Amino acid sequence: MKTVIMGCGRVGAELATLLDREGQEVVILDIDPDAFGQLPDGFKGSCVVGNGIDQDVLRRIGLAEADAFVAVTPGDNRNVMACQIAKHIFGVPRVVCRIFDPIRQELYRNLGLETISPTKEVAQLLKQALEREPAETPKSEG
Amino acid sequence: MYIIIVGGGKVGYYLAKQLVEDGNEVLVIEKDAAKCQHMADELGDIVLRGDGCEGITLEVAGTGRADLFIAVTGDDEDNLVACQMAKNKFNVRRTVALINNPKNEAIFRKLGIDTTVSSTTLVLANIEQELPSHPLIPLLTIKGGGLEIVEAKVPPYSAVVGKRVGDLLLPQQCLITVIIDEEGVPRIPTSDTSVRAGDEVIAVCRRESKDALRAVFTAPVKETQ
Repeated sequence: MKTVIMGCGRVGAELATLLDREGQEVVILDIDPDAFGQLPDGFKGSCVVGNGIDQDVLRRIGLAEADAFVAVTPGDNRNVMACQIAKHIFGVPRVVCRIFDPIRQELYRNLGLETISPTKEVAQLLKQALEREPAETPKSEG
Repeated sequence: MYIIIVGGGKVGYYLAKQLVEDGNEVLVIEKDAAKCQHMADELGDIVLRGDGCEGITLEVAGTGRADLFIAVTGDDEDNLVACQMAKNKFNVRRTVALINNPKNEAIFRKLGIDTTVSSTTLVLANIEQELPSHPLIPLLTIKGGGLEIVEAKVPPYSAVVGKRVGDLLLPQQCLITVIIDEEGVPRIPTSDTSVRAGDEVIAVCRRESKDALRAVFTAPVKETQ
C-alpha cells in the first residue's frame, strides 16, 4: 500500500508516522524542507520537497502508482485542487481531502470527493464534551 | 450583464475598469484592504472585501444572479475553487479562470470551468511563432465540440508553398478560414487562393487532427520530386 501525503504539518507528520509504523510505503510532500523536522527519527518513508498542485511533481513521485492520496496542507483550496488532480488526472483509487471550511466541504462532498472537515468534527467533539458530566480532573489549586 | 471578478490585482483592476466602461455591472472581490481602497477610489463603489472562495462572501456578492464569473487571482488553486463554487453552488452559467501553470488547463477543463486563460501560453504562443519546431499555435478552443482554432505559419521550405488551397490534402473536418500574408493583410481564401511562404494560416480543426494539420504545412518539399 503506497500512500502519498501532501503537507507535513502536525497532522501530515502524525499520519505519515502512523502508516510508516504499520510498515506501509509513505511519500510525504511539503514545499518547506524544514517541515520534515516534525517526523520522528527512524522514519522510513520518503520526504519530497515540492508543490503538490504541480502535476510534474506528482508525476515524479509516482502518484499514478499510489493507492491513496491525502491532502492536509493549511490551504483548503490547495488541498481541493491537489485531490482533484490525484483523482481525475492520476486516477488514484483512494483520495481523502481535509477542508476546514464546512461550506466548501459540502460542495466537494457533493462533487464526489471524500472530505473531512476538522471544523465541524472538532466543534461536535467540543459540544459533546460540554454535554458530558465533567471528568474527574485533579484540581490544580491546593 | 452582471460580472463578478475575483482578484483585485493588476489583471482584475484593468479588467474591471474596461468592463465598467463598456457599461456592465461589475463587482470585484478582493481580500486585501489596501487594494480594495485603491480600487474604490479609482473605480467607485464596485468592490467587496472578502475571500472569493467563501460561500458567505459569494452569497453577499449576489453570485446567484451573475451572468459571468471571472477568477483572476495569482493562485491557480484559488481561481479553480472560486469558479467551482460559482458554478456548482450558485449555478453561474459561464466561468472564466486565469491559470498560471499552463499544465493546469486539462484539470480545469475536466472540472467544468468554461474558459481558461493562461498568460504563460499566450506569451509562449508569441515566441513560438519564431520557433520552427512549433508552427501550430492554438488560438481558441471552441466550447464543447472538441474543435480548436489554430494558427500555422507557412515556412519557406514547406511543400504547400505555391499550391492552391483547394489542392491541399487537409485532415477530415478541417477548414482554412483566414490567410494573413507577410504584409499582414488578412484574406478569406477561396479554393483558388495560393499559399505563399510566410503566410499565417488560421484554421478550424478537430483537436485530434492538429498534428496532421501541422504536418500539412511543415512537411518540406520532397527531394526526389
